This record gives sequence, C-alpha cells and structure tokens, in this order.
Amino acid sequence: MNTLVTWLQPWEPSLPVFAACALAIGLYAVGLMRGATPGVWPALSYFVGVALIYAVTQTHYDYYSQYLFSAHRLQHLVLHHLGPFLIALAMPAGVLATALPARVRAWPQGRAAPLFGLLRRVYRLLQQPFIAGFLFVGIIYFWLTPEIHFDAMLSIDRYWFMNWTMLLDGLLFWWLIFERNDQGVTPRLSPGRRILLLALIMPPQIALGAYITFSSQNLFEIYDVCGRAFPIDPLLDQQIGGLITWIPASMMSVLAAVIVLAFRLRGRESDA
Amino acid sequence: MPEHCIKRRLRAGLVLALALLLGACGGGDYQTKGIEGLLPDLAFRLTSESGESLTAADLRGAPTVVFFGFTHCPDVCPTAMARIAAATEAAGKDLDGELQVLFVSVDPGRDTPQRLADYTDFFSDRVTGATAPVERLRELTKRYRATFGYDEPNEFGDYNVSHSSAMYVFDAEGHARALFRPSDSVAAMAADLRRIARS
Repeated sequence: MNTLVTWLQPWEPSLPVFAACALAIGLYAVGLMRGATPGVWPALSYFVGVALIYAVTQTHYDYYSQYLFSAHRLQHLVLHHLGPFLIALAMPAGVLATALPARVRAWPQGRAAPLFGLLRRVYRLLQQPFIAGFLFVGIIYFWLTPEIHFDAMLSIDRYWFMNWTMLLDGLLFWWLIFERNDQGVTPRLSPGRRILLLALIMPPQIALGAYITFSSQNLFEIYDVCGRAFPIDPLLDQQIGGLITWIPASMMSVLAAVIVLAFRLRGRESDA
Repeated sequence: MPEHCIKRRLRAGLVLALALLLGACGGGDYQTKGIEGLLPDLAFRLTSESGESLTAADLRGAPTVVFFGFTHCPDVCPTAMARIAAATEAAGKDLDGELQVLFVSVDPGRDTPQRLADYTDFFSDRVTGATAPVERLRELTKRYRATFGYDEPNEFGDYNVSHSSAMYVFDAEGHARALFRPSDSVAAMAADLRRIARS
C-alpha cells in the first residue's frame, strides 16, 4: 500500500502538467455527458493517451526519467510518440468542442477574430508536411545534443520546457497524420503523402538511435554528474536508451501507416 | 488592432524569446561548466565529521565546493578528492586559505563522523566530511538535481552506491557558480576557483 502511494506521488509536482491533464480529461467527460458519441475505442484511446502522459510526468516514474537515460528515453517515447498518437487517433476535437459553451465556441468569429486568424495561419504553416516532419525529427535531435541535454536535465525549469515542447510537437505531428475531419483547419493530406511523411521520419530516428546504441563513448555525461537512480553500467543504460530511440520510435511510423491505410480502405468501402 | 501590427508584435516577441533562450544557455564564461541561474543557492543542514550540526550559514564568507560521495567508494570519490586537492593547490594563494570542500556522504549507514574525519584528513585540510539521515540527504541532493541509490549487499555486507560524480562550486554568498565534471581538467578547475574566489 505504502509503495503504491509512493509511486503515485509526483517526484516534481508540476501545476501546469497537472492542470492540463485534468482539463483534458474534464472537458472530454463533459463532452460525453452532453451527448457526444465518439464510440468506445476512440474514447478509450484518448483516456489512455492522457493517462500515459500523466503517468510518465506526475508519478514516481519521473524520478527514473531524471536519473536514468533509458527511462528518460521511454518518457519521451510516451510524450512525443505514444501519448499524442493515441490522443490524435481518437480525433477528440468534436467531443471537446461539444463540452465548450456556445459563447466560447464563438470566440474565433468574435472580437478576437484577427488573433485566431493569425493563430490559424501559424498553425497551418507548422503543419506543412515538410515543416512538420522536420520539427518532429529536429526536436529529438535538438534535445539529445549532449550540451543542450546537460542543461535541460540540470535546470528544473528547462526540464519542464523540454518535456512540453516534446508533447506539443507530438500532438501537432500525429494530429496531421490522423486528421479525418473535412472542416478542420489542419491541412488534409492524401493517404499517400501521410505514409510518405511517416516513412521519411524513420531513417533519421533510426540513425540517431543506432548511433547512441553503438557508441562506445558515454555521450550523456549529465547522468554521471547527477548520479543514476541505481548502480548500472553507464554504457548499458545508454544502449537501452538508444534502442528505445531506435526501434519502438520507428515502429510507431509503421503502425501509423497501417492505420492510415485501414482508414483509406474503410473510406472506400463506405463510398461503394 | 490591425493584423500586420499583431504580426509585427508576434515576430518581435519570438525574436526576444529566442534571444533570451540562447542568452541563458551560456551560464557565464567558465573553463569548466558555468551553472549560474541553473541551480539554487547553497542550503543544507548536516552533521559534520566532528559530530556537530553544520549549515550553509556556517560556510558563508568563502567559496564552498560540495561533493556527494561515500568513503567505501573505490574510484570516483578518491579521484574527485585528489583532483580538488590538486586544483586548490594549483589555484594557490588567491584562495586565501578560506575555500572549503564539503564531502557529503550519501551512505550514512556506514560513514560515521569518525570514519569521515579519517577519510577527509587524508586528502587536504580544506576537506570537511558531513552526512545526515537518508531522508534529509534526499532533499539536499534533489535540490541540486542529483540522486543516489544502493545496490544489494553481497555476502560480506558490502554494497555499491550510485552517486553524483560532480563537484558543485558556490561563491562566498552561496550562489551556484560552476560545476566540475569528471572530464574537466585540474588546470580549468583551478582557474575557475581563482575566478570565483576573486569575485
């Protein structure tokens, strides 16, 4: 019992993360109560996605992410790949919109219209396939640059900044891949272009993961500087971290491509 | 507000944010790793090797180098202590004899004050040993983004301890200034110690 309580307690409580997760769950639940019917699987996918993000940031797991390279890589796999993947797959925009009062839903047409217009343009720019793919891979490389990684793990403020950028970029990318709403702001790519984009982001992730896995040098000194969660060979820790960056991260592309194809086939069947 | 005006403001904001982010990355012009603004001021409550209570206030007025280790440590700790002893010697009289090295043991189960005193005397007069109950050590290491952990004991009761390998350098006012990593040279450490002692 005691261990369970310890595990559920956040190592570094973060109000913004807690509030964002509570809001995500709360809004969706209100949307369901107001009559939105996303279906069981999308709802489950959405809740699991949010729960995973919460689990890797606001439980004792976060302690291991801060003091083991491999655990940190798994945390980012959830924040950048798995969590946003599940959320975007659920396409929750409709349910979330149902939860909002009509007054709030009218904001983009109201006095703040120019601001929303600008946001929409910035968003569409970020969602250009080339830019979105570049950001998705670039942000992994950026935070894994040894000097930048060092400072991010040393300063608590930068640590949270890093995790937020990973999560937000993950949401942007997977939203673009799984978008199936005709009226949305997100550019609607053809299935072929989605699969091409998914294929293009794989080699750089594989290269980076393989480089880390096969490096005989200890690349990320910060974990020696801060101490590891338990005594483990630094190179073993690094190799596991490299494998997580390499294999499951690129597997997500394959899985997403299969899902995009399945949507396409289902679309054909319903057309026929 | 016209749209182009919002756009200009947004662009100015973005440039400012980027400049702040890049500017904050430097951490000062140190030969080792500058950590100004990255870590909080020195604060602790420990039991010193003489068995008395020791707080950060007791060490104000001179730079302090803090290291987290344990006396049974086979390699990292003796190396670090030998390196800091060499660096303080190389920094010479600029240090004025005031600089303190605090060896914080994260293995209070085995490191008694007496054992700590014998250990630190071996390296330099500047080195003082201190420790605390595990819970308080956790708070202190967490404050400096460090941690420690224990292996299972072997048949002789010996166990390994994972701990931070860095030395944290604080100035006379207790502000975090530099971090000495295992990869930093003794000459670079001496230069930064001189610099921190002078300012």
